[in-house]
Amino acid sequence: MKASIHLTIDRTKCDGHGLCAELLPELIRLDDWGYPIITPGPIPERLGRIAQRAVDTCPVLALALRRTAVSR
Amino acid sequence: MSGLRLLAGPDLRSGAESLADHTRRLGAPTLGGRPLTETLVRSGVGGRGGASFPVGIKWRAVAAAASKGPAVVIVNGAEGEPQSHKDRLLMATRPHLILDGAFLAARTLRAAQVVIYVGEEHKTAWAAMARALKERPEAERRITRMAGAPNRYVAGESSAAVHLVDAGVATPTTTPPYPRERGVAAAPTLVQNVETLAHIALIARYGDAWYRSVGRRGAAGTLLLTIAGGVKSPGVLEVEAGTTIEEAVAAAGGVSEPAAAVLLGGYFGVWVPAAQAWELPLDGETLRSRGMTLGCGVIGVQPAGRCGVCDTARIMRYLAEESSAQCGPCFFGLRALSDACSRIAERGTNRDDIARLKKWAVDVSGRGSCKHPDGAVMFLRSALSTFSDQFASHPAHWRQQPA
Repeated sequence: MKASIHLTIDRTKCDGHGLCAELLPELIRLDDWGYPIITPGPIPERLGRIAQRAVDTCPVLALALRRTAVSR
Repeated sequence: MSGLRLLAGPDLRSGAESLADHTRRLGAPTLGGRPLTETLVRSGVGGRGGASFPVGIKWRAVAAAASKGPAVVIVNGAEGEPQSHKDRLLMATRPHLILDGAFLAARTLRAAQVVIYVGEEHKTAWAAMARALKERPEAERRITRMAGAPNRYVAGESSAAVHLVDAGVATPTTTPPYPRERGVAAAPTLVQNVETLAHIALIARYGDAWYRSVGRRGAAGTLLLTIAGGVKSPGVLEVEAGTTIEEAVAAAGGVSEPAAAVLLGGYFGVWVPAAQAWELPLDGETLRSRGMTLGCGVIGVQPAGRCGVCDTARIMRYLAEESSAQCGPCFFGLRALSDACSRIAERGTNRDDIARLKKWAVDVSGRGSCKHPDGAVMFLRSALSTFSDQFASHPAHWRQQPA
């Protein structure tokens, strides 16, 4: 078993500050109103650290990482 | 109005059936507990609030979560869908079928609390449910209370019902956790539509084979429909599942003038061109497999004289205003979509707004904590395809259209 990590967002908390898209443009872009659109699928390993930083930087704690176990 | 099962019995115009009459007519339910849950699974009965979620599976989930502590049952009679009347009619005429279902659920799931959640503006239904509750045994009354659902589109969503009971605010909350896992005061909570509870009350008497013994074209059971718009006798009907839209419309007296399209499933539903709609069987599973929805059973018949663009713009404006304004993509996105629809309706087609509608419909989808934006976008996409000619060359005529 291997853990796969996804970005999740609590939409009721998100205020569209947009820091996540600044830090992680590879996986997050902003819609026309400034709210993040997250690329679906697991986070590639090379982006793991920066994804964690994006989560830590969210001013309203709306962004989170979710680990799900997947069988190989 | 016709009644096959839920609406069988005394004349609906005589109002709510009393507990004495109800018991004399139907006797007491014979099934309960685990056997009832498994019977519901086998019956295949799905929720009638809009999502068609399989009832037996939901009960199993609540029962599993309730092994650690008592559950809560919410009887959902919010009926916030503007065109739907079937829940109100059922509450006003057959309250004890609904309450039978609610208390069967309460006993089976060992619930310590039952909340009857009724739309504040459904006054006749509220009064009938309150009166019916007074007729029930003390053991049932003691654990039950009534709560008013505000007249908002999202108030009937299951997490919104839980939120109202918990905090007095009928806005949806982020799921998961789903109410069946963690609902009222963190207890596992069954939120079940009133029509669904009434079906359960009959299945607990007659079994799953009986439930499946009616139904057409492979579908099982009966459903309540609200037939609205351009038909001769609009109103609520009970039909066998699998009945076609054409047959249902014929049962409502037939069309009052030639129809252009059908809005199937209410404002969270889909527009279907009339020519394609007539043959469709009314069954949650069949419609879902074709990318459509039975929703809460509304069939809105649009007469050929109306404008599809203007009707769509009006409904989009309503859905945008009904956003609970908690999630940015829903609040801003639906407003932007509604504005673009209105511009096309008022000032005529322009290529930029058509392109925006298509782009934003994709952007907004799946980005709310509840399904409000998804429902609105599904509705809009069906409009863009059903009325593609009208959207492509719409004149500036909104103001001339009757509401």
